[in-house]
Amino acid sequence: MKTFDYTIKDELGIHARPAGLLVKEAKKFTSDCTITKDGKTKKLTQLMMLMSLGVKNGDTVTVSAEGEDEDTAIEALKEFFEKNL
Amino acid sequence: MQCFQGKSVYKGIVLGPVVVLKKNDYQVKRTRTEDPEAEIGRVEKAIEESKAQLQKLYDKALKEVGEASAAIFEVHQMMLEDDDYLEAIQNMIRTESINAEYAVAVTGDNFSEMFASMDDDYMKARAADIKDISERVVRNLSGQGDIDLSSIDPSVIVADDLTPSETVQMDKEKILAFVTVHGSTNSHTAILARMMNIPALIGVPMDLEQLENGMTAVVDGFKGEVIFDPDEETREATLKRMHEEEEKLKLLQELKGEENVTLDGHKINIYANIGSVGDIGYVLENDAGGIGLFRSEFLYLGRDDFPTEEEQFQAYRQAVQMMAGKKVIIRTLDIGADKQVDYFNLGKEDNPALGYRAIRICLKQPDIFKTQLRALLRAAVYGNLSIMYPMITSVEEVQQIYAIVDEVEKELQEQEIQYRIPEQGIMIETPASVMISDRLAEVVDFFSIGTNDLTQYTLAIDRQNEKLDDFYNPHHEAILRMIKMVTDNAHAHGKWAGICGELGADTELTEEFVRMGLDELSVAPSMILKLRKIVREMKVEE
Repeated sequence: MKTFDYTIKDELGIHARPAGLLVKEAKKFTSDCTITKDGKTKKLTQLMMLMSLGVKNGDTVTVSAEGEDEDTAIEALKEFFEKNL
Repeated sequence: MQCFQGKSVYKGIVLGPVVVLKKNDYQVKRTRTEDPEAEIGRVEKAIEESKAQLQKLYDKALKEVGEASAAIFEVHQMMLEDDDYLEAIQNMIRTESINAEYAVAVTGDNFSEMFASMDDDYMKARAADIKDISERVVRNLSGQGDIDLSSIDPSVIVADDLTPSETVQMDKEKILAFVTVHGSTNSHTAILARMMNIPALIGVPMDLEQLENGMTAVVDGFKGEVIFDPDEETREATLKRMHEEEEKLKLLQELKGEENVTLDGHKINIYANIGSVGDIGYVLENDAGGIGLFRSEFLYLGRDDFPTEEEQFQAYRQAVQMMAGKKVIIRTLDIGADKQVDYFNLGKEDNPALGYRAIRICLKQPDIFKTQLRALLRAAVYGNLSIMYPMITSVEEVQQIYAIVDEVEKELQEQEIQYRIPEQGIMIETPASVMISDRLAEVVDFFSIGTNDLTQYTLAIDRQNEKLDDFYNPHHEAILRMIKMVTDNAHAHGKWAGICGELGADTELTEEFVRMGLDELSVAPSMILKLRKIVREMKVEE
């Protein structure tokens, strides 16, 4: 399993639109991708659940990928967070 | 003739036929199915149809109202691809052998409930989005398709509430006004109404069952009133006012982008008074040079507990960002007197106007004050923010305020939170502050004269007491002399002075104020172009 921590810089946090794009990104891979905030873990393929975490600007989240393509998945997700969030 | 009051979102007046949008689709019936898989197939088909409709709405909104407003339909499409949502629907159909419509409606309610209970205003608002997509799927399931709002005559749209997809698919040319039973000033309907510049009333306690398509309605956004089946007299008066408004607007629009400068070259700033972030639309639309009085009470009123620092910070930051570098003067909390809030537990007073209010509360209960100051100092980083303190009577009060600002600054430094100490000024609204305005000018950055309270305190007249109307003279020489004195004292110390009370918008006095050398007049957004017209047609030297 690969993971990284990330502190959200986007002023609105993970609001609806980036959440949707994040789900699209995560669905490209076969690995199980998850996001954890305050001990609560949600799959990155669950849009509404992801939004329900209410991740705000300044929150630190842990992102993980586990599966055959976990190396490429984690790299892609890292890039996505840095670019969009 | 039936008359209802509501909250006005956009000031305008119109008369026209009514189109009532009644929702019948949420009375979804639960029925048993023998073939759950067939029902699941129906759901899949309805979702595909819904996504295609949303794509069309996205394209239409993109062209008409821009990317930011269109994005909501992209999000709706993504929500319809959500695995949890789809699985919940399928699961319900399989385990309970029920019809597709019912499963979608109940699942939509459940998910929307989850967002409605979240401790975050943005996420709370998403509950409406989930309802919206679920209703769309149900409509497609029952073969109703999209409600066709593009083929109506120009009408007043009356509804329980309007979803974003309903508002955007309407042909803008054909909407005269919106009138809804529900909805908030932050709802999509309100935002779109402001962007489309059409009168809109929300929170109108009317019974849709009593209304019919084709009846006539008068929507008066100035009074916040809707009249169904108006009598002949009302119709004529309305048509006359519509005509007047149109003429006025046409003339004033020509002044947009022009400077507030007299024929002989004297300039004055004309800013806007507002009561919430939602009013900024009017400010921009009327071409104000800035916001001269942003009443921060809106954050405290109409709730059961104090607003958090974060809530305040977001509101102030949004305001300065929307004003993009133009001055935004935020007045700190002015609760008390005629503005009471239960959770402050202020208690009854014999003389509330002379009582525990405004800065007095802030100095006695510094915790409340500090939260607001922290939010203001943080928001100041994002734009041209100024802070204004109300009800000042002495230099000592200003020094006490500065001591608290210092404490707040230290805390922010220690916590390594970004902040900026902005321009700080005071309201001149007590005779005491007028008399010592020379000394106050040494310690503050600007004066803004609050003429409402200043007049009441100077003339010893309670504005709420009708018996005193004959004695009340807003143009009293004492007030005008005070304004002159305050302005001169400010200038002697290189500071600026303005007026943010009602008198500032008094068009009979505009020329006199310019001659006195006032630097700023802050007035209701609708008055800005009217004052600009007077300024541009006058000369300081007679």
